Amino acid sequence: MASALINVPAKAKRGQIIEIRTLMSHIMETGFRHTAGGELVPRDIITSFVCRYNGDEIFRADLFPAIAANPFISFFTVATESGKFDFEWIGDNGFSESASAPITVE
Amino acid sequence: MRASPAISVAVLLVMAAPLRAAEIPQEQRRSGFSFMASETQAMQHDDTTNPGMLWVLDGEKLWNGKAGAASKACADCHNDARVSMKGVAARYPAFDKRLGRPVDLEQRINLCRAEHQQATPLAYESHDLLALTAFVAQQSRGVEISAGSDRELEPFVAKGHELFMQRQGQLNLACANCHDDNFDKHLAGSAITQAHPTGYPEYRLEWQSLGSLQRRLRSCIFGIRAQPYDYGAPEMVELELYLMSRARGMPMETPAVRP
Amino acid sequence: MMQEDKTTRRRFLSLAGCAAVAGTIPIVTLRPAEATPAMLASAIRNVVGSAEVRTGKVKLDIPPLVENGNTVPMTVSLASPMTGEDHVKSIHIFNEKNPQPNIGNFYLGPRAGRVQVSTRIRLADSQKVVAIAHLSDGSFWSATVEIVVTLAACTEEAS
Repeated sequence: MASALINVPAKAKRGQIIEIRTLMSHIMETGFRHTAGGELVPRDIITSFVCRYNGDEIFRADLFPAIAANPFISFFTVATESGKFDFEWIGDNGFSESASAPITVE
Repeated sequence: MRASPAISVAVLLVMAAPLRAAEIPQEQRRSGFSFMASETQAMQHDDTTNPGMLWVLDGEKLWNGKAGAASKACADCHNDARVSMKGVAARYPAFDKRLGRPVDLEQRINLCRAEHQQATPLAYESHDLLALTAFVAQQSRGVEISAGSDRELEPFVAKGHELFMQRQGQLNLACANCHDDNFDKHLAGSAITQAHPTGYPEYRLEWQSLGSLQRRLRSCIFGIRAQPYDYGAPEMVELELYLMSRARGMPMETPAVRP
Repeated sequence: MMQEDKTTRRRFLSLAGCAAVAGTIPIVTLRPAEATPAMLASAIRNVVGSAEVRTGKVKLDIPPLVENGNTVPMTVSLASPMTGEDHVKSIHIFNEKNPQPNIGNFYLGPRAGRVQVSTRIRLADSQKVVAIAHLSDGSFWSATVEIVVTLAACTEEAS
């Protein structure tokens, strides 16, 4: 079962720069490892991460096999209005997970 | 960089050294946490960056979810884990009266599942067992380890100590050779610690996953070219018990992060 | 007795036939295909085209000696007013010796407020890591760090 750990301040002042931290459970199989029998273990990674703030994209990332398992991504944004952050992780083999977190901006 | 020359040098040093009977003096005992780089310590210290917390979150869901033919959740009997499980992991492995021997936390969870939930046991190192164990053990974070203090456990602690001291495998090494006699030196780029299992189940960077103390022990024993005990074997639990009693007084750190 | 090996490539020893991840597929990491300086240059060219890449402005924070190459904390940052006219559009991270030259691309914009992205990366061997920032005025700025990666002592056992 995939689980995400999101950290967004519940409250912020208008114009305040806030940090958003995300952790997503995923093996991030590189596609460069082999079994003992010599077969290649196929790649299975998260390839893209997007954060939207009340529908507007504020951060996006392309991920490659060199991103460690259980990807941790943190970034900043300006708190402009109350509402919510939507997070989406897309990857190989139809991997698609989303999460959201609310924020009150005064 | 190659592992072999470093290990052979370590072996030469250690095979020559007589096996000291003394454990580490109390005032010199340190958690594996103190052997790590500050970046790895920071990873453990912050619940928003600690990957082990992903399993703790899943464990919380499992705790509250109905399971087995009895369709009961852990929460149905144990209520809020924050209250009922506080301090529990710090005194495990614990003596089970019916079995007449110690059981570790994973075994206790599976015994409960069988007896009270009529559910099948969870496999060792399965995601669900790790998640539940991590969730339960995390409730003891900060609590001082008190495992092994019961009188009934004494013979098992002694057995575990014996296993810790015995030379084994192709390299004829005992756990004590590294973890009592050579801690704070390095083996092929990794710090040798004092082997205090303060934070299990832990997120090990080498595994890129959460794993149990038994997994770590099997990995170590394989590393010294000896035959590892099976998961759940009595020797495993005795070793776990000895190691936890060796760490008595140190606070639990679950979920720890280690290299 | 094993031959003297001149490379510093990370290599898991295959013991008694296999070294396995507990409970799942037995995995050995053989010597992986390595990225070359040409691959790195080509990956950078895919991003910057023929534009000049200047050194400076962007800061790459990675511990110089990593605890474990599987999970290396990395923070990339840049001091920028992050206004509509003057901001960072994207930052691209590359490496020199992993099997593949790309690590990650991060797309920002004026709403970011502060340019600081942290993640954890994998480094197969001691090598250079390069960060290239693309600014709103079209310019490219880079930073390079040299990281030392040591081999872990014990490999995973066959289960």
